[in-house]
Amino acid sequence: MFEPILLRRVTLPRSDSIDVYLANGGYRALEKALHEFKPEELIDLVRKSGLRGRGGAGFPAGLKWGFMPKEDVQKYLCVNTDEGEPGTFKDRVLVERDPHSVIEGAIIAAYAVRATRAFVYIRGEFFLGVKSWIKAIADAYQRGFLGKNILGSGFNLDLTVHRGAGAYICGEETAMLDSLEGKRGEPRLKPPYPAQVGYLGKPTLVHNVETLANVPHIVLNGAEWYASIGTPRSTGPKIFCVSGHVFRRGVYELPLGTPLRTIIYDYAGGVPHNKRIKAVIPGGASTPFLTAEQLDVPMDFESLAAAGSALGTGAIVVLNEDTCMVDVARRTARFFAHESCGKCTPCRVGSQRILQVLEDIEAGRGRPGDVERLHDLCEGIAGHTFCPFGDALVAPIRSSLKLFADEYQYHIRHGKCAVAA
Amino acid sequence: MSPGKFAQQDPVKRSMLLTALYVAQEQYGYLSPEAIQRVAERLGMSPLDVYQAASFYSMYKTKPMGRYVLQVCEGLSCHLAEGGDKLVDYLQKKLGIKVGETTRDGLFTLLTVQCLASCGTSPAMRVNDTLYENLTPDRVDLILQELRGGR
Repeated sequence: MFEPILLRRVTLPRSDSIDVYLANGGYRALEKALHEFKPEELIDLVRKSGLRGRGGAGFPAGLKWGFMPKEDVQKYLCVNTDEGEPGTFKDRVLVERDPHSVIEGAIIAAYAVRATRAFVYIRGEFFLGVKSWIKAIADAYQRGFLGKNILGSGFNLDLTVHRGAGAYICGEETAMLDSLEGKRGEPRLKPPYPAQVGYLGKPTLVHNVETLANVPHIVLNGAEWYASIGTPRSTGPKIFCVSGHVFRRGVYELPLGTPLRTIIYDYAGGVPHNKRIKAVIPGGASTPFLTAEQLDVPMDFESLAAAGSALGTGAIVVLNEDTCMVDVARRTARFFAHESCGKCTPCRVGSQRILQVLEDIEAGRGRPGDVERLHDLCEGIAGHTFCPFGDALVAPIRSSLKLFADEYQYHIRHGKCAVAA
Repeated sequence: MSPGKFAQQDPVKRSMLLTALYVAQEQYGYLSPEAIQRVAERLGMSPLDVYQAASFYSMYKTKPMGRYVLQVCEGLSCHLAEGGDKLVDYLQKKLGIKVGETTRDGLFTLLTVQCLASCGTSPAMRVNDTLYENLTPDRVDLILQELRGGR
């Protein structure tokens, strides 16, 4: 049994309070970081730990920190709490039940890149999280972990909360920066990357909540300890969110590289009514489906890429044998069509068209050639959009068309579903 | 706190737009033309600029809402747990309105919302600032009953 690292405090009574956090080793890493490390040494430490971003892209955190310019200019840190990938509910657990672990990680990261102003960008829908953040930040100020001259180190950091207002795309870091500036949350062209030109045109480090929660543990226990967890290229623990057709839905913290089958059967208790698994979404709505034959895949960045999918946010959605995959694709398409920001045509129009065709098939109005039409639409979107949203929308649709082609054909030919019949 | 007070706190006034819009929505009930106008004045923006930004975000409402806004999660995990569309259908019948509409007595507005991150505790629905999870038709009945009693 893996001893939780990131989630070890969340089951304690009043785990969100600063007193419980302090009584359980909280803010010791900050003390150590500020007094025993130079900023560059922290960047080096995180680079050696192998920590990779937990928001979906898996970019090496140490590298990201290293991209921040060394010059003495105003720099910003942004804590990405815009968790919106369907199936994902890990950041919510950290923010609601252990917000100080994220704040501590954020202060250390800010110190490492010499950012003196930090923001939490939180999804508008997370009103519980907003309350939790505001309380935790106020308490951290009161105890001297935020503000001027933190713990006598001479380092200053201000942290404030910004609420988003209902737009999935704002989880994309450049869209988030525009939203923070009070604009429509539409992605910016990259490069330049936020490390050069970020919030208000200044260097900005943007990190996911879970990524930051790892940082205090790396500072306390060292890079080697951290790198010993997981696989050589996907190091550390990961919070997996399991939902759909399983007995015990919830969050499970396990080393990266844990087999999918272990997570579904040993932790989430398997599938109710002894049903077989038809498909699994391994990393949130934008990751391609896995089939029942692929359950032994280790849940890490490399293995999932090799299996034709992606780790994404680690949001596992289990679909049993009775699930209509055309219906799942339609729901996924509906989400993406709703959330397309509209900035570029292939995504704005393409997502609507895909949804329309899928709705027709699902409603029994499918026509011969619809599958080819869907492939064409995907072809027109993939690689042709302004930001990764287009690829995110196409990936699950394409994989569904490929893996469950017979279900589409049945729908089109018979005007109804083979499974639900 | 007034939108103006927020504006003074930030290096760039416009950065406070999302917050100011929340405050205005709270004060005016929805983002009426007057509310937009007031935010624009406070932040030194044109009303068109404010409206353009506001209309991007699904949580800003440009028409009046009911006293209780029911937001049903239509995410995949809610659907797999017998929520989502089924819950929407149930509420539509129960309240006699369609998604996007408000009951005649002004009490309930029914909306759908993208993933509420309640996938582990689905089906989920948000009512104003309360999150309801693990919903069943019986629980929904109880919630509506309570809300009706609390007016």
